[in-house]
Amino acid sequence: MEPIVLARIQFAANISFHILFPTITIALGWVLLYFKLRYARSRDMAWMDAYRFWTKVFALSFAMGVVSGITMSFQFGTNWPGYMEKVGNVAGPLLAYEILTAFFLEAVFLGIMLFGFRRVPGWVHTLATCLVAGGTTLSAFWIIALNSWMQTPAGYEIRDGIVHATDWWAIVFNPSMPYRVTHMLLASGLTVSFLVAGLSAYRWLRGDRADGVRRALGTAVPLAAILIPIQIFVGDQHGLNTLEHQPAKIAAMEANWETGPNVPLILFAWPDEKNRTNHFEIAIPDGASLILRHSADGVVPGLNDFEGGHPPVAPLFWGFRVMVGMGVLMLIVSWWGTARLWRRKDASPWLARALVAMTFSGWIATLAGWYVTEIGRQPWLVTGVLKTADAASATPAPMILTTLLMYLATYAVLLVAYITVLFYLARIGAKPTGEPEEGAIQTTLGAAGAVTGGR
Amino acid sequence: MFDDPALWLPFVFASLMGLSILIYVILDGYDLGVGILMPFAEEAEQDRMISSIGPFWDANETWLVLAVGLLLVAFPIAHGVILGALYLPVALLLIGLIMRGVAFEFRIKAHAKYKRLWNRLFFAGSLLAALTQGFMLGLYVLGLEVTLPNIAFALLTAICVAAGYAMLGGAWIVFKTDGALQRKAAAWARFGLAASAIGFAAISAASPLASPRIFEKWFAWPEILWLSPLPLLAGAAFLGLFVLLGRMPLKDDRWAWAPFIGGASIFLFAFLGLAYSFYPYVVPERLTIYEAASAPESLLIMLYGAVIVVPVIASYSALSYWIFRGKAAADLYDH
Repeated sequence: MEPIVLARIQFAANISFHILFPTITIALGWVLLYFKLRYARSRDMAWMDAYRFWTKVFALSFAMGVVSGITMSFQFGTNWPGYMEKVGNVAGPLLAYEILTAFFLEAVFLGIMLFGFRRVPGWVHTLATCLVAGGTTLSAFWIIALNSWMQTPAGYEIRDGIVHATDWWAIVFNPSMPYRVTHMLLASGLTVSFLVAGLSAYRWLRGDRADGVRRALGTAVPLAAILIPIQIFVGDQHGLNTLEHQPAKIAAMEANWETGPNVPLILFAWPDEKNRTNHFEIAIPDGASLILRHSADGVVPGLNDFEGGHPPVAPLFWGFRVMVGMGVLMLIVSWWGTARLWRRKDASPWLARALVAMTFSGWIATLAGWYVTEIGRQPWLVTGVLKTADAASATPAPMILTTLLMYLATYAVLLVAYITVLFYLARIGAKPTGEPEEGAIQTTLGAAGAVTGGR
Repeated sequence: MFDDPALWLPFVFASLMGLSILIYVILDGYDLGVGILMPFAEEAEQDRMISSIGPFWDANETWLVLAVGLLLVAFPIAHGVILGALYLPVALLLIGLIMRGVAFEFRIKAHAKYKRLWNRLFFAGSLLAALTQGFMLGLYVLGLEVTLPNIAFALLTAICVAAGYAMLGGAWIVFKTDGALQRKAAAWARFGLAASAIGFAAISAASPLASPRIFEKWFAWPEILWLSPLPLLAGAAFLGLFVLLGRMPLKDDRWAWAPFIGGASIFLFAFLGLAYSFYPYVVPERLTIYEAASAPESLLIMLYGAVIVVPVIASYSALSYWIFRGKAAADLYDH
């Protein structure tokens, strides 16, 4: 295989693995803060149980995110040296601000949040939780600002073949940025809702009907029910923004070949890029025109206008349908679940099973969505500024392949371990961490208690 | 000189990057070192060792992200050249950091029967990360040229950096624990110190020999006069620390912090020596910081941010060390 294809696969593998965990920690931080505040107000231990259990999931997810994030900071240079050479003047400060304002904040206060419960006053601990949640969200803000700039660059000029910043406000708040940030934060909220609901439903099915489980379920399912219609609306707005700024991406998502009015919404098809047509097409007449132009005879761009310079069609077409399909499932399950919990004040076995099945639905939708937007940017790395092929490194293919296999093996093991441990934690419930080995090691030394002033 | 930011900004950013690397090496050095020392401890001691670094390791590794980030954003061309040349060791470093970072959490969250496995992975990941960092240092010192003798030299520095980290880790355990573990840790740190001395000497000898420019910088008159305190201080620190570790722990746990400060100062001296040798080059003998720097307007906006944010980071990091002061308990999660 060509080095550039391998480099792309490797980068995609790393960033796909990485995004799974921030997607959880961004919103889970806020959910933890909610549990903590409910506990602070009511002194009801059920909220504390929920907080404790989900703190463990948070800590584990955060560690996975940190280590895979360190990988990312190296991969920019090892895989795409041309990227920083060409647009480093814009990308650099955005990345630097992410590290300076977010990474340290979340790392330090996570330590206090996880290990400082008995060492600091309650309000400091709550503040630490708040700062961790704020840090993860700020981190998402910066990195998505950069990603959006790569999609819809603004506020720059090219001097001597190098991008120079002219207007930082325009760079950060580039045309697609508000849509993408909102879409991603909501995606994180939905991912976490279904993760919390799924694991809680799993505990419920196993007969663990503790109040903490019910509280988590009663928080997560309605949260999903509220977020999903907002997400559908924001997604639609994001699509309209993409239509304006990256029409080729929209054309590929809809597998629409010819520009024109009355474009149907294709539900199923087999896009054939070679012959530039679709096979086995099942479509709703005028659907795409209605969605994208809000009128039946609205003109939708076609791929043939961008021949030779549009992204690959099949991955976008399918990725988009997987994402939307997941969204529809989320809508059905969360509304059904909310109605049930509202009326009967408890779950049902079938609802619980459905929620367990949907535990990682957020991951699938998020990954599918990112594939659509990232593959949809091709052949550009930075739209209109830098082609992916021009940023590749000179690293020989066997070297990339070797490291790719190393990463894939590591990630496969870790993903299995992560999911196994989540369900294991759910089985042992809200008992203290590392319960089996407890008792043997309660050797807290006198000095430790005496020296710690906090409380 | 201050009229033209293109003249002083690269220097400022090289200093910031150097500072991040130094802080990273000392801070992650001790927690990687604790990982390397894991197999030498009993199981209950292992829990206590881990809890001594629990609240800190994540922030410690963030300094690496900042250092690499500064290299990436301030000297983008150098980032590509250096990480391209070190492609394989970088990948191994990352695998090592991934393994140890997650083992941290998995060892207490997974089923008890897997705890040993995750402990081993924690050790292996820590060792791999330390070795690859030392390996990269060795190759970097010799100008990033991959030849057989250079690889042999880099393997030597790999072992010595790992030994140096073990020394820092041991000193940290001396600081954060007491009893039998503290006594053992002093002995581990002493052994690590002796082993790292070899690497220290090797790099000090190799860099002037590999580069006539560096030889010139150190041995010309009168530079040699005002540079001579540096190797002398480093030698004194080695000797003093060696003697001190032989006597640790002292009565009433006095000076428990001293070995760590001593170990950190050795890394400081080594860093200063390297920085002096390689300035103004960011890629040895090929690319200076002035050639590799980003545009002044981009460096300036980052500098504004750094000037405001870095003191804040320093203060809440200090707060964290203050909150978790005193000896470490055996159980990490205390709620």
